Amino acid sequence: MQFNNLFSILPAAVLALFGCVLLLLRFDSSRPYLIFLAFAELLAAIGLWRQTDFLGFTGFRGAILIDPFGIAFNAICLVAGLICAVGAYRYMEREDEDHPEFYGLILLAQSGMYLMNSGTELITVFIGLEITAVSFYSLTGFLRSNPRSSEAALKYLLLGAFSSGLLLYGFSILYGLSGSTHYLNIASMLATRNSRDPLILMAILPIVLGLLFKIAAAPLHMWAPDAYEGAPTPVTAYLATASKAAGFALLLRLILGPLHDLRPAWEGLITFAAIASLTVGNLAAITQSSTKRLLAYSSIGHVGYILLGLVAGNKTGIEAMLLYLLVYTLMTTGAFLLLSALDREGVTDFRGLLYRHPGVALLMILLLLSLAGLPPTAGFVAKYMIFLSLVQARQYWVAVIAALYVAVSLYYYFRIIREMLHNPDDSPATLTISTGWRAAVGLTAILSLGLGLNPEPVLAWARSALR
Amino acid sequence: MPQLNAVPMSWYLILSAILFTLGVAGFLFRRNIITVFMSIELMLNAVNLSFVAFSHQLRQVDGQIFTFFVMVVAAAEAAVGLAIILTVFKNRQTLSIDEVSSLKN
Repeated sequence: MQFNNLFSILPAAVLALFGCVLLLLRFDSSRPYLIFLAFAELLAAIGLWRQTDFLGFTGFRGAILIDPFGIAFNAICLVAGLICAVGAYRYMEREDEDHPEFYGLILLAQSGMYLMNSGTELITVFIGLEITAVSFYSLTGFLRSNPRSSEAALKYLLLGAFSSGLLLYGFSILYGLSGSTHYLNIASMLATRNSRDPLILMAILPIVLGLLFKIAAAPLHMWAPDAYEGAPTPVTAYLATASKAAGFALLLRLILGPLHDLRPAWEGLITFAAIASLTVGNLAAITQSSTKRLLAYSSIGHVGYILLGLVAGNKTGIEAMLLYLLVYTLMTTGAFLLLSALDREGVTDFRGLLYRHPGVALLMILLLLSLAGLPPTAGFVAKYMIFLSLVQARQYWVAVIAALYVAVSLYYYFRIIREMLHNPDDSPATLTISTGWRAAVGLTAILSLGLGLNPEPVLAWARSALR
Repeated sequence: MPQLNAVPMSWYLILSAILFTLGVAGFLFRRNIITVFMSIELMLNAVNLSFVAFSHQLRQVDGQIFTFFVMVVAAAEAAVGLAIILTVFKNRQTLSIDEVSSLKN
């Protein structure tokens, strides 16, 4: 029993331990921190890989469950964390803030995400959520002398704490109704309840709203563009992908677990959030002049697509959500990291990039095509799976609306590509690139293309995660 | 365990709901950052009250354990939050929500 307990949280424990040690280290160069972080991620990855032999095991009396679903989400978060940290190295040096705390907080946030992904008990997931959130508040405000960074951290902090309060209120009612904090017991206690019961609604509404905030879905998205814009760009990449994936893991575990039979109570809200996210994200992205803000709004739009898998609600839909999250993580970290290499963030600052740095421009074009969902990229496969699930569930109208927004998104992604094709102007934005950045962005772009050309491995991966 | 028979269960829940609503209202309508932050703490304490009330009614200790974790988290959030508020104040010399708004289109 003791062994099981430790083993079930081993990756999180390793990440938290190395994260704390990183806070204590001091070196002249920031390279050792990065090596340290990569070593911790490697150990965590080995821990996750070992877990595949122990599926179905639980730790701490059912508070942590080892299953393919959790391992899949942890893998997504791990990849995102590693890519962002490796790509962030030169950016933090340029901003003169290359402190060990940066890498330590990345690891600590990831240990929180582990608990969100694998937790099957209310206290555990709440603690995981807060470890992640508090680490991200600090990471967002990491550029201390930059007023925009601290303002972004403030907005994220206030709205994040507010949404945690909402979530907790829902948890307390859920606990009162079921008398337990374990998902399994909650499920059996709620089985006899009517989904129209006002107490049930009082529990489910705040929980779903609080989680919609964490994944930055409309109508609770207002913090996202500000936080994404003010945060250091590599942190934006991490925040927009890993923390979102963990939020989805928590939402799916709750909604498909104990709250599954109460589908009428949350179905309308999720459908509304999906359509609203598509609308807000895609329409607001059109008019943005800052690339960072444009990508922030587009990521809200992507959340809309991912939620559509839940609207469809069938097995294909959930598989599609997982696939979409993986692909989204790759292309969004890639795009934000690429942006972090430029010293200015306007859409027009991409002007002439194709002539000055053809390699970098080609990577960006590849990532943007994938974000837009054009074949033969992985973005297309992900969107195709979502639409397939909607058609299977006979949600034709929703599918038509979503397809219209794909057309809208083409416009603003191609705005950036068009700028790159223009002739260079007099004072171009300068690029600062490290080897790690090359490897990180190159990997995301190659995978965005490769997984589109041959989607079989990821499709099989998504299927196996839901077994 | 001492009995709380004198006060019915529903009263605790109503009080908790009122406190929570007050917190939400303070969060939405107050313009000073510190006050907004305190409103959030009020929301968390309203939640604590309902956890303890449920825990007592169910004769279980789970809810009270949850309360301890909520208190720990609130303290951690306050530590990080006040540090962030401090940097914002250093950068801008103001604590009004309306004046901290450079991140717009």
